[in-house]
Amino acid sequence: MESTLADRYTVDRPELVTRLRAVLPTNALLAEEEAMRPYDCDGLTAFRQLPLLVALPENEAQAQAILRICHDLRAPVVPRGAATGLSGGATPHPDGVLVSLAKLKKIIAVDPLARTAIVQPGVRNLAVSEAAAPYGLYYAPDPSSQIACTIGGNVAENAGGVHCLKYGLTVHNVLRVRGLTIAGDIVEFGNAALDAPGYDLLALLNGSEGLLAMITEVTVRLTPKPELAQVVIASFDDVRKAGDAVASIIAAGIIPAGLEMMDKKATHAVEPYVNAGYDLEAEAILLCESDGTPEEVAEEIGRMRAVIEKSGAAGIRVSQNEAERLRFWAGRKAAFPAVGRLTPDYLCMDGTIPRRRLAEMLEAINALSIKYALRCANVFHAGDGNLHPLIMYDANQPGELDRATAFGAEILELSVRFGGTITGEHGVGVEKIMLMAEQFSLAEIDTFHRLKAAFDEHGLLNPGKGVPTLARCREYTQARAGTAAASARP
Amino acid sequence: MDALLDDWVGRIRETAARGGKLAIRGGGSKAFYGGSESGEPFAVGDYQGIVAYEPTELVVTARAGTRLADLAATLAEKGQWLPFEPPLFGPQATVGGMLACGLSGPRRQAMGAVRDFVLGVRLLDGRGELLSFGGQVMKNVAGYDVPRLLAGSLGTLGVILEVSLKVLPRPVAECSLRLAIDEAAALQQLNRWGGRPLPISASAWHDGVLTLRLSGAAAAVAAAQRTLAGELLDDAVAAAFWQSLREQEHAFFAGEGPLWRLGLPSVAPPQALGPTLIEWGGAQRWLRGGEAAVIREAAARAGGHATLFRGETTLKAAAGVFQPLSEPLATIHRKLKQAFDPQGIFNPGRMYPDL
Repeated sequence: MESTLADRYTVDRPELVTRLRAVLPTNALLAEEEAMRPYDCDGLTAFRQLPLLVALPENEAQAQAILRICHDLRAPVVPRGAATGLSGGATPHPDGVLVSLAKLKKIIAVDPLARTAIVQPGVRNLAVSEAAAPYGLYYAPDPSSQIACTIGGNVAENAGGVHCLKYGLTVHNVLRVRGLTIAGDIVEFGNAALDAPGYDLLALLNGSEGLLAMITEVTVRLTPKPELAQVVIASFDDVRKAGDAVASIIAAGIIPAGLEMMDKKATHAVEPYVNAGYDLEAEAILLCESDGTPEEVAEEIGRMRAVIEKSGAAGIRVSQNEAERLRFWAGRKAAFPAVGRLTPDYLCMDGTIPRRRLAEMLEAINALSIKYALRCANVFHAGDGNLHPLIMYDANQPGELDRATAFGAEILELSVRFGGTITGEHGVGVEKIMLMAEQFSLAEIDTFHRLKAAFDEHGLLNPGKGVPTLARCREYTQARAGTAAASARP
Repeated sequence: MDALLDDWVGRIRETAARGGKLAIRGGGSKAFYGGSESGEPFAVGDYQGIVAYEPTELVVTARAGTRLADLAATLAEKGQWLPFEPPLFGPQATVGGMLACGLSGPRRQAMGAVRDFVLGVRLLDGRGELLSFGGQVMKNVAGYDVPRLLAGSLGTLGVILEVSLKVLPRPVAECSLRLAIDEAAALQQLNRWGGRPLPISASAWHDGVLTLRLSGAAAAVAAAQRTLAGELLDDAVAAAFWQSLREQEHAFFAGEGPLWRLGLPSVAPPQALGPTLIEWGGAQRWLRGGEAAVIREAAARAGGHATLFRGETTLKAAAGVFQPLSEPLATIHRKLKQAFDPQGIFNPGRMYPDL
């Protein structure tokens, strides 16, 4: 579908082209439809939109020149990294310039003593860990897309991964962001120390979905690589037991390096694809990782095992070597593409709920799956309550996308009702923008707009993403009230 | 409690309407920190109570006036705590003040700061609007991260009402070691160790002596103890030592002279600016005395910043409490302040003179 949520801007395209051409190399500005087509969506492929222009700056100075011109002409700007985002944060604006930061891909410095790396925004997540590996260090946040996704995008979305419970999100692993305001001013958020004077704008930048500043450089914190990691894989004949096992592990004072759950539909999707060795009889499996020194891991695995056994696991295995550990994880990490093989299209939800509501949520999802006549596989960052139901549909079947969207919206409404959130790590983007009205009051939405205006008074950076306009919130709330009233009638 | 909040909303609106100012005060334990209080006292310390605590969710929600000591006692019953070791600076210290001041203790180098553990807030803004941001879950990217923005904002953006925090289990084992070493060598060692998977949870260098604390699984602590050598401290002595750093009761902090806090890259060399106590693996350096301009310049040159943590009112007014901001950042600060507090009624001058 074309994105219809963006408010329109009146932009003088010929003037914009002329002025951008004057500051950019020839191949750094794309204006033909054919050349721009590859940029018409991000990982949320259901939303496609051609931008007015595509710019590919090669350095910060060019990015700055682009922003100054766009600011001057009041043209929207949409920053883009590797476009692996799943919420449409990099969906182009019809009247705006899509600025791809893919060419800013230098690792500027790795400082093993300080345990930091300074990288440009287009550097891939995994490339940072690869560059740090010779020093026994790595970059801890590991979103499933880490082979392709970039650090700039990770900061913009506050990306997570499967090791967040112990090692934190992007916001916990970034020391400094250098960026440009929409007016083209260079700003440094944070520094090489552990804190900076004034408001914690660095924290604000993380997860701001490209609405506050354009990132041109990031200093990330590197973590010493643990000597050893081992994973326990447990099968359960009931999702409720698996959910209880998660709570029991935490209650025992254990913080696993990773704690993931997959339901039967997910393991059945994954197993033929990667042969991870999962128990296909199980209603749910749990992956529980320990890392540290060999002594530490032995001690912790023993404690984990005892708790999981007591929770009524039907089977328990412990990885015996690194190859086996990676194989166990490969299944989890390949869950999205594996599901992608079973269906022409799927929507990936991203709600987070308090862990104690897990079993209830999975039962609700099963009921919704019947209601909407669509299959749904569940993978779950059990350690931090972040659920990824994968709703399978076929966009070529009339009505299926609408049904999938409604299915997803119901899951997210439930997430909010359970005391959670509509998005744990994928961002709001265009996908969930109207659902913001489920989670926030008009006064809170208004505060977000005021906060945004402190950085970007004309609303030019990534408009139509993240926060809905107050007018749209009111329409949404009224429409919802109407639906509720209609369904309450006998 | 609702009646109390209604009362506060009325007072905020009335104050804004007549151009008044409010000095928000919880327990008053950190009244010394930041610029001088000005405005009519606005006491929030009675808004107390733990609203929700679910140990297996690792989350606690408490009203802003809840005493930090009470919160710690409740968490301890379940073997949990706030791992960033917030300093109390007095028995009256509150949860709201902890967030507003954004201070963390010795364990910060290993576990993170207040801002890393705050998950959600409820607050009243300068228009008297009751707002709620974040929540009680660890992963949440819906909307801008206002809860973390409030950490260290010194009450300039609103009246914090309620805070949700991530908590963690206390480590199974802990021990402390002491080594004789000079400043430059200590900094070098701390950074080298930082690059290895060692369970160092705190460090302090002062006057030729480096003290390290190890925390974690029993096996890991024992193994690291053998690797690092050093003299093993008696548990009670060690606990008293770390407590004296956290609460600034150590002899280094005694006396009336100005106390500077330098936040520096951990690898920054010795600064030779005066008597020094180093924490956080080199990233936090306390300094007694010295010339404000010289200290600020040295901190900036090293890639960090300097805060006049304690000092006479006249010195604070002359030197400023916090390192000055670059012009683009200062502009964003002013506009953010305006976004939350359009009439500028909350804690004027507590962070920067123009906020």
